[in-house]
Amino acid sequence: MMGTQMTNRTNTGTRLPAVAWLLMIAVMVGSSPASAELLIRITEGADSAIPVAVVPFAESGDMPSGDKISSIVQDDLTMTGEFRPLPAEKMLSLPSKGDEVYYRDWRLLGQRYVLVGQLTRKGDRIEARYELFDVNREERVMGATASSSVNSTRSLAHHISDRVYEAITGVPGAFSTKLAYVTLERAGGKPRYRLQVSDVDGKRARVRLESEEPILSPAWSPDAKKLAYVSFETGKPAIYIHELSSGDRTRVADYRGLNSAPAWSEDGRSLLVTLSKDGNAEIYKLDIESRSLKRLTNHWSIDTEPTWDHTGEGFFFTSDRSGGPQIYHKATEDAEPRRITFGSRYNARPRPDNDGKYVYYVHQRDKAFHIARTDLRTEEETVLTRTESDESPSLAPNGRMLIYATKQGGDSVLTVIAADGGAAYSLPASQGDVREPAWSPIAR
Amino acid sequence: MKLATQQKALALVFSLGLVAGCSSTGGTAEDGSDDSDVSAVDQEGGSTVYGGDDEDGVSSADMTEEERREAEARAERAEEEAMREITTFYFDFDTAEIKSEAREVLVAHARYLQANPDQDVRIEGHADERGTKEYNLALGERRANAVERFLVVNGASRSQTETISYGEEKPAVDGSDESAWAQNRRVELVFQ
Repeated sequence: MMGTQMTNRTNTGTRLPAVAWLLMIAVMVGSSPASAELLIRITEGADSAIPVAVVPFAESGDMPSGDKISSIVQDDLTMTGEFRPLPAEKMLSLPSKGDEVYYRDWRLLGQRYVLVGQLTRKGDRIEARYELFDVNREERVMGATASSSVNSTRSLAHHISDRVYEAITGVPGAFSTKLAYVTLERAGGKPRYRLQVSDVDGKRARVRLESEEPILSPAWSPDAKKLAYVSFETGKPAIYIHELSSGDRTRVADYRGLNSAPAWSEDGRSLLVTLSKDGNAEIYKLDIESRSLKRLTNHWSIDTEPTWDHTGEGFFFTSDRSGGPQIYHKATEDAEPRRITFGSRYNARPRPDNDGKYVYYVHQRDKAFHIARTDLRTEEETVLTRTESDESPSLAPNGRMLIYATKQGGDSVLTVIAADGGAAYSLPASQGDVREPAWSPIAR
Repeated sequence: MKLATQQKALALVFSLGLVAGCSSTGGTAEDGSDDSDVSAVDQEGGSTVYGGDDEDGVSSADMTEEERREAEARAERAEEEAMREITTFYFDFDTAEIKSEAREVLVAHARYLQANPDQDVRIEGHADERGTKEYNLALGERRANAVERFLVVNGASRSQTETISYGEEKPAVDGSDESAWAQNRRVELVFQ
């Protein structure tokens, strides 16, 4: 586990320039399905990102093999699209603590920030002591120590990335969060659906469920300890809750017809679900403990893809009551639905942010399906993606990035973009498809 | 192989359609005695049956009324049997409207189910890959429900039918073009 203490943290609250550039990254999957990792390769960068030098950390004592902590931190920062790293070979010196940092050198190299650190082996733990410096202001922004077991130095690296990201942007980092997604391989006739959970950089992937029948709609519990999802493993769709640490599973909805689109309430006690047991697709609130149901929509059209809004009182959903799928909002469980989207004939699968400013969704324009967002105050709609078969948007818990599924050369891949539209990185599986991404909340 | 059979069945349906005016009595098909397709097709191929009324009894003069009816019923059974080879029905994007060309075939399936109460059918609804997976699950169900209602209205019993939607999860063909999408927006009848 990780311990941390912090010294002299200054939150600069810097506003970042809009990320108006593209980072494309190609990825591979390891050959063993049980450890199928999505590896990232950066193929394109741009100029407007903040230049930051992550100096390789000094090491004392035996270090575990594998990726260096400082290079994981550098990759984390880079993949947001908000930072441009300085290659180590261009550095004029390799400081590991504050009194070794000469601002003039880093200014000559055009750097805004410098991160230095030292790693020390202490028994079966690795301790990191790290400091971040603002080159222009010539001041230390933050300094802290953190440690992890020798076996989980990736967690330690992501933790450092979170802290550095927050120190520079004023927004908590989301590098320690997880991705859930479903891979599909059709090789050899039988399809293999695998529900997997990995780090947000695609590493440390683990298969949690494998089936020949479809697995859909993974949704994280608010404490990031459980997943709800739809599995067809019995031959028909049912909703399951899967506790990740124990692997225990409970079937919570198995009615006649559809059992789909689970979404957790903020207290983790209930799910919004789509059932068609009463004739056609309607939205219900399912109390997990008692299994009691409250019906929240009543219309002959399709009502599905529910998700609570930031207040926890109302919810967004997709309905085709106007003739085609559109996003609707109910301010309370019993309020009249209000239509949110008007920009085209197909808008579906809403995902609101945490502060009630935007709702993100799948948006058809001409023949293409993009991810778009609507500003809930001004009702202005912005198309965020240039890819054309986009599905399943899921917002990072800090609201800065968004992951979605799209097509690349016939296969389904995951792509992460800045929430205001800059493309960042993609995570295709080399075998078959990756789809249905769900970005976890920050564990608590 | 399967495709060839379906095409043959389709061709047969169309050729029957052209001459069906006097032969479609609207009656309920009996449980076919399963006499071979060949003789049935031959029967249809000859003008004996269909020529009867048009030519005001001239060519059917040597058939009794009973024989005529029997032949007609046989032809009709053959027609329906051929139509029942078709078990996949296609839909337009984001609709669950049964196309006119599917109706006659579905009526044949409904009559067959009515005549065979022990026969169950699983009605599987599908969508193409475009749009969202969860909406497509609901859309696939809507398509399956539309076909189920049509079968029931035309004689099948609810106890014989079961619906399931796979949404966009089980495409009939791979690919991301209009031709693939058109083949994937479908309902399949699976007799069990």
